Amino acid sequence: MYSPAIIAEAVVNGLMAGAVYALIALGLTLVYGVLHIINFAHGALLTAAMFAVWVVYEAFGLDPYLAILPLTPLFFGLGYAVQRFVIGPASHGNDSNILLVTLGLSIAIENALLAGFRSDTRTLNTDYGFQVVEFGPLLLSKPRLIGFGAAILVTVLLWLLLSRTDTGKAIRAVAKEKFGASLVGIDVAHVYAVTFGLGCACLAVAACLLMPTFYVNPRIGQAFVLVAFTIVVLGGMGSIPGALLGGLFIGVVESLCGLFLGDSLGQIGIFLIFILVLLVRPTGMFGAKA
Amino acid sequence: MTFRDIAPIVVLIALIAFVPAFITANTVLNFLVFTLIIALAAQGWNILGGFGGQFSFGHAAFFGTGAYAAALLQVRLGINPWVAFAIGTVVGAAVGWVIGYLSFRSGLRGSYFALVTLAFAEVLRILANAATFTGGAAGVLIKLDVRPGNFQFESRGAFFWIALALVGAVLLLTRWIERSRFGAQLVAVRENEAAAKALGVDTLRVKLGAITVSGAVTAAAGGLYAQYFLYVDANIAYGTWISVEVILAPIVGGLGTVFGPLVGAVALHGLGEITKLAAGSVPGIDLMVFGGLLVAAVAFAPAGILGLMRRSARSRGAARHA
Repeated sequence: MYSPAIIAEAVVNGLMAGAVYALIALGLTLVYGVLHIINFAHGALLTAAMFAVWVVYEAFGLDPYLAILPLTPLFFGLGYAVQRFVIGPASHGNDSNILLVTLGLSIAIENALLAGFRSDTRTLNTDYGFQVVEFGPLLLSKPRLIGFGAAILVTVLLWLLLSRTDTGKAIRAVAKEKFGASLVGIDVAHVYAVTFGLGCACLAVAACLLMPTFYVNPRIGQAFVLVAFTIVVLGGMGSIPGALLGGLFIGVVESLCGLFLGDSLGQIGIFLIFILVLLVRPTGMFGAKA
Repeated sequence: MTFRDIAPIVVLIALIAFVPAFITANTVLNFLVFTLIIALAAQGWNILGGFGGQFSFGHAAFFGTGAYAAALLQVRLGINPWVAFAIGTVVGAAVGWVIGYLSFRSGLRGSYFALVTLAFAEVLRILANAATFTGGAAGVLIKLDVRPGNFQFESRGAFFWIALALVGAVLLLTRWIERSRFGAQLVAVRENEAAAKALGVDTLRVKLGAITVSGAVTAAAGGLYAQYFLYVDANIAYGTWISVEVILAPIVGGLGTVFGPLVGAVALHGLGEITKLAAGSVPGIDLMVFGGLLVAAVAFAPAGILGLMRRSARSRGAARHA
């Protein structure tokens, strides 16, 4: 059997991975909460962000953590433009159309990356990639610890943005009642695009936190997107604390399943949870009744 | 169904059946057989997604089940390939019913239904990739033994005709559904489920019927794929590529129409080949075009190619009368 120390390490590793999952899920849940759409292009946009981190590192030697500064506004702008000029006009305000448009976008982005970068797997060779920190009996990876802290910090910042600022107030107003919001002078199309931009900005931060310990290839987003969907459904569509707790929980589940079932079956625990939650309680732990 | 419902289908299939008489190049026939298999799988999706309005993002669950059943039953249990193919189709129907029962009974629709079907397909993919019975990541190889009784043929033409016959049969089936009471109820569910229910339509039964037929048809395409390429692995059979292909073809061709999936599959793969010829061997370039086309179709041609043709025919007719 496994010793408690190994299990404890798996749990802590799961928590650290889970925080970054939570950040990815945060973008998804925010977009769902406001636009009431499931953004299938989320995974492909994450892949694009991870390639962006790799490109700025290779081309300019920019450290992935410093890359957060230029890439976050860049992806905010990209997300804003995609929602405002592609998804919004193309879907004619119909939910199933949005599903198809974002699916089409994800196929196009993913294969554009495949055409541009080929299917090779790439990594960053930072000198801190394999550094560890001793924490009692546990050895923890330093970049993953940084990722954990930064992901929690971004979640808190986003929550503050939504609850304390005028922009946040407008976003929440549109999420609650878009017709009413437009009557009091809120530009709904603009708020939609800002929300989508924020979702993409979360992805840019997540990509910068992932890259020191992870790899990128054009299909990598698919691995994350189903995990992110699971977290969002588990935590309740549109709920920020739900996304954070769901992310941490799923991180631990994945880590423990990997430990007990082996790598090839590791992810199955996540999907079974996903199906069960959808079938039994599709509003999740924190979601409002649909 | 009247003569006028059936005649165009019979004439079209009869015309296409002559293609191998003129084209004997193996590469072209390969392309045509592959396109027909995709069209068949997409016809299955179209019954549930096009007529019933339930968008499944995980039809790979059925395609893969048909493919694995056809391959495993003959390789592991020594069952005749024709029988294995038929059983695979029935198993596909059963998987469709089970997934449908679980998700429709829980009231899942729209995005939630899309997500849950995607998750079912992924679970099956991971299981098939890990279990030893399915050959794990190495997949299953069907032994080469070319005999018609073995569902293996000397010429590619034979496969072409079998695939075409299946596509033709499902065209007739779809036409029948369209004209039947069941089809009318299915469209009612798509247009307004609450209203359909209020008028006494048993919506759960109608949706279950649609996903069962849908699963059977897509599983048949999977079985045909396994029999044609004589190889199956988890990423082919249960991969997201096929779930995406079967959505693209009906939407580009004409969602919820009898000929839509066939027209869409031919148009997409024809365009894909042209793109590959024009851009050289850059990987992913054809799929990149497909993705863009999906966005464009939703934005500008919600009724697909058939819708565009009908619209232009109508405006020409109007011009003549003016």
